[in-house]
Amino acid sequence: MTPSLQDNPLISQWLVLHSNGTVTAFTGKSELGQGVATALAQIVATELGVPLDRVRMQAPSTDRSPNEGFTAGSLSIQHSGTALQSAARAARHLLVQEAGARGVDPLAVMGELDLDIPVSSVEVPGDSQAPPGAIGLSVPRRDLDAKILGEPAFIHDVRLPGMRFCRVIRPPYRGAQLVDQPDPSGLPGDTAVIRDGSFVAVVASLERHAIAASALVADRCRWVGEPPALDDEQVTAFLLSAPTDDTVLAEGTGRDAELPADSAALTARYTRPFVAHASIGTACAIALWTADHLEVWSHTQGVYPLRKDIARALGIDAERVTVHHVEGSGCYGHNPADDVAYDAALAARHLPGVPVQVTWSREDELSWSPMAPAMCVDISTTTDSSGQIMSWRWDGYGNGHSSRPATLPTPSLLAYASQADGQPIPPSQDPPLAAGQGTGRNALPAYDIPDVHAVAHRLTTMPVRASAMRSLGAYTNVFAIESHIDDLAHAYGIDPVEYRLRHLSDARSRRVIEVVAELAGWGDAAGENNGRGIGFARYKNTGAWCAVIADVEAVDQVAVKHLWIAVDCGRVVNPDGVRNQIEGGAIQSASWTLMEQVTFAAGAVTSSDWESYPIMRFPSVPAVTTTIVSAPDEPWLGSGEAASGPTAAALGNALRDALGVRVRALPLSAENIVAAMTEE
Amino acid sequence: MEEPYSLEVDNQTIVGTAEPGTALLWLLREHGRTGTRFGCGAGLCGACTVWIDGTPAHSCDTPIWSAQGRTVTTVEGLTAAGPHPVQRALIEHQAGQCGYCLTGIVMRAAALVDEYGSSLQESQVREALEGHLCRCGAHPRMIAAILQAASERP
Repeated sequence: MTPSLQDNPLISQWLVLHSNGTVTAFTGKSELGQGVATALAQIVATELGVPLDRVRMQAPSTDRSPNEGFTAGSLSIQHSGTALQSAARAARHLLVQEAGARGVDPLAVMGELDLDIPVSSVEVPGDSQAPPGAIGLSVPRRDLDAKILGEPAFIHDVRLPGMRFCRVIRPPYRGAQLVDQPDPSGLPGDTAVIRDGSFVAVVASLERHAIAASALVADRCRWVGEPPALDDEQVTAFLLSAPTDDTVLAEGTGRDAELPADSAALTARYTRPFVAHASIGTACAIALWTADHLEVWSHTQGVYPLRKDIARALGIDAERVTVHHVEGSGCYGHNPADDVAYDAALAARHLPGVPVQVTWSREDELSWSPMAPAMCVDISTTTDSSGQIMSWRWDGYGNGHSSRPATLPTPSLLAYASQADGQPIPPSQDPPLAAGQGTGRNALPAYDIPDVHAVAHRLTTMPVRASAMRSLGAYTNVFAIESHIDDLAHAYGIDPVEYRLRHLSDARSRRVIEVVAELAGWGDAAGENNGRGIGFARYKNTGAWCAVIADVEAVDQVAVKHLWIAVDCGRVVNPDGVRNQIEGGAIQSASWTLMEQVTFAAGAVTSSDWESYPIMRFPSVPAVTTTIVSAPDEPWLGSGEAASGPTAAALGNALRDALGVRVRALPLSAENIVAAMTEE
Repeated sequence: MEEPYSLEVDNQTIVGTAEPGTALLWLLREHGRTGTRFGCGAGLCGACTVWIDGTPAHSCDTPIWSAQGRTVTTVEGLTAAGPHPVQRALIEHQAGQCGYCLTGIVMRAAALVDEYGSSLQESQVREALEGHLCRCGAHPRMIAAILQAASERP
């Protein structure tokens, strides 16, 4: 049974059937621009046997929604979709039974069923298949028209009666303490200054006044403290020297010494810098305190965990807090959505009865958000005389990949570290292996290798705030594994596609590789200064299968020309939605891989605008050709993170094909390419 | 010092007082045009693009003094008489994910399609959109949609 249904067993927690023939469906999963609300509605409509336009999806709220934790891990369709499928199937069975007993149309009894019963208590006959419906159709997204037409669509556009606008003034570096109350005189309009320990904010009736005031107040703040000791040059040295908490993910035999004399070893180190979420809109939230209740509107990935951490940070009972999801800008992991919600809660506490909307600046968004952690990965392999891999050792170093709300011993909301009675944010953790791990996500190769040893070394100090970003450690691990595999193939003069297939017995793994090779015309000559490479992974080793072939041109810098992608995510609810996620995931990964790196100086982030933190722009975006490998009888699997690692790997391998140099330090920038050439 | 301002926005006159250096973006949002988005405040991401005298401009770094006496068109104004062909094509292509960048891109692309019509080339679209960031990776769909809208022009 899906964990979502274990935690929320009643049909009524998922569905309300109305007497007018419409349905309201509830989910704990947030619409983040990935189209989940549309796909879930397709599932409900199909299983209930009602037209799609009769199904309304209710955005998550702690008032009413099932608690499904976070919208993360490419699990929304697997968890929420499966729960809604079961609930809708059970409800339909009850409807048909009741209508049959009364001799009326099922529509006539829709509003009269008692659904406060467990889904599992309804025995649906095995041959009761849902009629053909909306599942499998590329129906248009429900949320997109308003966003294209410029209608109010985001939390930034919400205007509650009497609402005031707020900006927060951040310290110069983590841990800095505010010396005294900044002078509040002479600020624009009705601006008020709010202070709680080292948390400083300005609130005004007009947004432009709050913005102008925040600049004035920032100049009046005096801070003391010791900046974290970290700059760009030290990142890898830090990863390898900091204290760690080690998790053995696979226990090898340690019998390398017994290998035949003609076996060969290859050892290499791969690194990835800190990377930013870099959403186009900045974080935003609204909070409203009334007598003894706090109401929060947020683009969080998890309304329930956020509620818990807000309550912990404020020292109040969680029952006194309500969190509603409202859409924000693109979300690719643990971004500042939760932080800004707590900013709003702290500021609004000073203004009972007044809704307070906080929006972050671009500079704060790029420097105070949790970052995707930097990683260092060491891989050592032994191969026999034919090139077959005999043993594989992986060691991964870095901060944990989650400091999400309500997962750490104390609250992980940014402002909690600044408020008068707050505490610093604890070092991030890694999810358990059963949930896909973090540093060690996809650390175990999908290939048939008799002897695998893998140890995740999670750092227990955290000078840079790290947390989950799309695919977590899988991005770096797949880049490292697939680079390593490619080098082995070349060392033995074996075609990289053929070499992979020799190590793969899993039919669905083989199929995505074969399909993408066919799609791209693998084996065609790439041409001068051009290169072609392949990357493959099954996300988390339990999710979707994905293979990518990249064509690059390497002259002054690496330009990616074309990406061919084959993905197998089992039964597909919305094919166009899958393609959109795969294309977008691949382009975003290409941007991380070719150009992105957070920079630091004197303990603070210096890549705080779009000039110092460039991302891929329209002229550089490749053509993308995506094929969904059909598997309609297999369980559905999420697609949002499947392309991230394979795209990075395909780019690294294409670069090697173009220039003959293996670049193991991300990003694949001119600087890192030159450094790799010098090393060789 | 706040001074009186008068702006022509979407065939309406909006008035009030503000610092003359205030960015046009915040006045537009203050007057209910929330379709124009804040992205960076420095003219580097394109999310806040509007038309000033028919030409795309960043409203986040356009001070209101420089917009006085000129005609401002927002996405709401563009859409008032029904969706622009570029908007219809973007919907048809499902060209977006989070959609936060889209209204700025609509304003840029609508001007481009209006200017070049069916002669518009892909390289022109890519160049014209260089100043518009999209983090979700929906670029290829947007390019295809804009070219389709252009191709349906005389």
